[in-house]
Amino acid sequence: MSVNDVPLLEMKHISKDFFGNQVLNDINFSLRQGEILGLVGENGAGKSTLMKILFGMDEIHQTGGYGGDVLIEGEVVNFASPSDALERGIGMVHQEFSLLPDFTATENIMLNREPLKYTWLSELFGERMNTLDREQMQSIASDAIGRLSVPLDQEMLVAEMPVGHKQFTEIARELSKEASETSEGIKLLVLDEPTAVLSEQEAESLLNSIKRLSAAGIAIIFITHRLQEIIDVCDTIMVMRDGMIIKTVPAEGVPITDIAHWMVGREVDSASRRQRTFDYETAPTILSIENLWVNMPGETVRNVSLNVHKGEILGIGGMAGQGKLGIPNGAMGLFPAGGKIVFEGQEIGLNDPRNFLDAGMAFVSEDRRGVGLLLDESLEWNISFTAMQIQQKFLKPYLGGLIKWRDQKAIEEETESYVKQLEIRCVSTKQKARELSGGNQQKVCLAKAFAVHPKLLFVSEPTRGIDVGAKSLVLQALRRYNEEIGTTIVMISSELEELRSICDRIAIVSDGKVFGILPATAKSAEFGLLMVGQKSQSAQGGAV
Amino acid sequence: MNIAVPITLGKRFVKSFGLPRIIIALFLLSLFILAPIAGVNVGTSFSDTLNRFGMNAIMVLAMVPMIHSGCGLNFGLPLGIIAGLLGATISLQINIPGPTSFLLAMLFATPFALILGWGYGELLNRVKGGEMMIATYVGFSSVAFMCIMWLLLPFNNPTMVWGFSGRGLRTTISVEGYYLHALNDFLAIRLSRHLVIPTGMLLFFALFAFFIWAFLHTKVGTAMTAVGSNPTFARASGINVDRVRTLSVVMSTWLGAIGILVYQQSFGFIQLYMGPFYMALPAVSAILIGGASVNKASILNVILGTFLFQGIVTMTPSVMNSLIHTDMSEVIRIVVSNGMILYALTRRTEGAR
Repeated sequence: MSVNDVPLLEMKHISKDFFGNQVLNDINFSLRQGEILGLVGENGAGKSTLMKILFGMDEIHQTGGYGGDVLIEGEVVNFASPSDALERGIGMVHQEFSLLPDFTATENIMLNREPLKYTWLSELFGERMNTLDREQMQSIASDAIGRLSVPLDQEMLVAEMPVGHKQFTEIARELSKEASETSEGIKLLVLDEPTAVLSEQEAESLLNSIKRLSAAGIAIIFITHRLQEIIDVCDTIMVMRDGMIIKTVPAEGVPITDIAHWMVGREVDSASRRQRTFDYETAPTILSIENLWVNMPGETVRNVSLNVHKGEILGIGGMAGQGKLGIPNGAMGLFPAGGKIVFEGQEIGLNDPRNFLDAGMAFVSEDRRGVGLLLDESLEWNISFTAMQIQQKFLKPYLGGLIKWRDQKAIEEETESYVKQLEIRCVSTKQKARELSGGNQQKVCLAKAFAVHPKLLFVSEPTRGIDVGAKSLVLQALRRYNEEIGTTIVMISSELEELRSICDRIAIVSDGKVFGILPATAKSAEFGLLMVGQKSQSAQGGAV
Repeated sequence: MNIAVPITLGKRFVKSFGLPRIIIALFLLSLFILAPIAGVNVGTSFSDTLNRFGMNAIMVLAMVPMIHSGCGLNFGLPLGIIAGLLGATISLQINIPGPTSFLLAMLFATPFALILGWGYGELLNRVKGGEMMIATYVGFSSVAFMCIMWLLLPFNNPTMVWGFSGRGLRTTISVEGYYLHALNDFLAIRLSRHLVIPTGMLLFFALFAFFIWAFLHTKVGTAMTAVGSNPTFARASGINVDRVRTLSVVMSTWLGAIGILVYQQSFGFIQLYMGPFYMALPAVSAILIGGASVNKASILNVILGTFLFQGIVTMTPSVMNSLIHTDMSEVIRIVVSNGMILYALTRRTEGAR
């Protein structure tokens, strides 16, 4: 450990403000070679800004730089751009993918760093006529993928990949940089919420590869909202809140509740974990799904039959890509579907969202930005729109009912009440949905669904990509809505613990079929068995 | 008092009004100031500007429904204009003199606008994402098709057909004796010999602007805006996206038809054949200069944009001409108006999706 007396990365007294708004305040920490540092904090705690400083992003330079020093191997650096950082061996995997969809995994991994072959054309026209050395590209890429030890098809187009594989491609690209000649080889890798979009199984294989990388001497800064992962994989945990480091502790043996507590600085009601006993068997069936198939790319539903009882919270879990997301999307008619859906004794025509909504059901999509929100319109519009279109709410007649206009006042009042009720953090109800953080956007999506007062609410991945505080608020709101108004809720989530904390019973979907249904009180091992496709004895079969 | 307060207020004004609009407005203002120095009558200039505003405003307004529904800028405006031309020529064929012919022209133009607009809308629903390119060619090809039809259709009113053969419509047809200045002269205010305010035409535009504004506040109008903002969201809220888009295209086409009739009654002539060919671009650039983007537009954008665009197109040639004492007006007009279009289209992506 002679070289390693000097830390690989050290940050001293880092501070940063945006136009007088202090976002980072006296940040100090250091990182050894091969160390895995778990960086946690609520959205807006300053994690991203800190990483931007490390990489010398334009945003930092344009807003007046930062205070304090960044030291790499004992030497003060101030990177002018992320490519400078890369030359010093610091790589980053972003939350948003920066991949070319029509290129294969290999091509994406090697993009702009392709090994070249010298040909006779280069002799005539110079280096621009060099051709790509495909074989070597393959071997470098497969080497990088091999180090991740994940099943990633090198020849697959990114556009056709499931989300998890895109993430792996992104990481493999950073890893492959080690082998290149221009840079020093990767020494420090920053992973910004790499597991947010992965299923538990995929996340696990990613965590394993992180450990392997660390063993090979690469230091890792790991940013995530999933606290269990931090404890499983990290050496040190650093908790940030309001631009300050609240705690830096060794990860060994820290209870999750403590971390959560440091993060939010207030009591986290651990997702309203009051187990209740709901006698669903005596409750009438409100919705029955028979032989549903849905053609949703990446989430194909083959043959699902399921009964939902009035007043319950039914969870639907399972691995990513097994079809659990296809169920609500198909039922609503957003993707081509077939089969039979009966709601309150009435058969609902498929493939038209209008039928679904008219029957008194609502759906909160997992794709917040794509399906859930009008990003460029106000919160008022987002929340009132569906209710206005389906149920003629928020319309005021003029000229004796000849013409009906939007009732601005009613819309404002309704929005205000949801802003208060769900603690949506916004400047005003006129603010554009795009400007809110992920968690608050999710609350707007919920408010939109609540505004139509549905009898049955489908909620798909309600906590994906949002921080702990917002997460528990969202889950509480669902539970409260169910208890106070009696709305039946079907919640789809890839986080089993979350389902177990609020649902009455949980169906596990595997290979496009319901593989089994267990009460939420069943042991997690039993769910685990179902997920990997093995039935334990207590699990009930398909339709219940 | 703190000096920073007016500065921040000023900044906010620049941000909300838009720097390009301030620059253009200042330029227009300076032209009005230069006018008397150059020996151009300010009254006439102002009168001309108002006139051109009234002539073009409804065609600019025709951009609004399609922008709201996400179909982009209506480069297919010539299609609506053709519906208007059919209405105009049929009205003249029936040969009822006076302002009544204007009402008849509107009446006859409507079914054509509805049918053509519907087909155009159906077409645009099949090319989502490439609407503006397709729209341009819809406009161009419909103009070419009508070039044949104007010759073949069995019109025989002597004021419209070629004198030597007695068949086929002329390229330019006067509306004198029919609806010349039908709107311009209605309640017109003559402030001086040079300054006339075409009240009727402005009121007519105000009426249509109010209709569109009111429509955008209804349930269907709200749905239209949502479809333009995020079609998937709209679909998930039970909206039939294609139907709303088609409706917006029909509305745009119909407004184009009415727009050209208003233009003709002030201009005095029906221009057939290649007449509609270049009509879309000035309307498109006017609304862009007014501050609209490819998927957001308001009535205020229409009014502001039309006034600024037409003001500059009217003023620049007359002032420049007088300053350099040669008749360059047509050349300058073409340079200025195309320059403005170029400018407007380069800033088109601003604020787009």
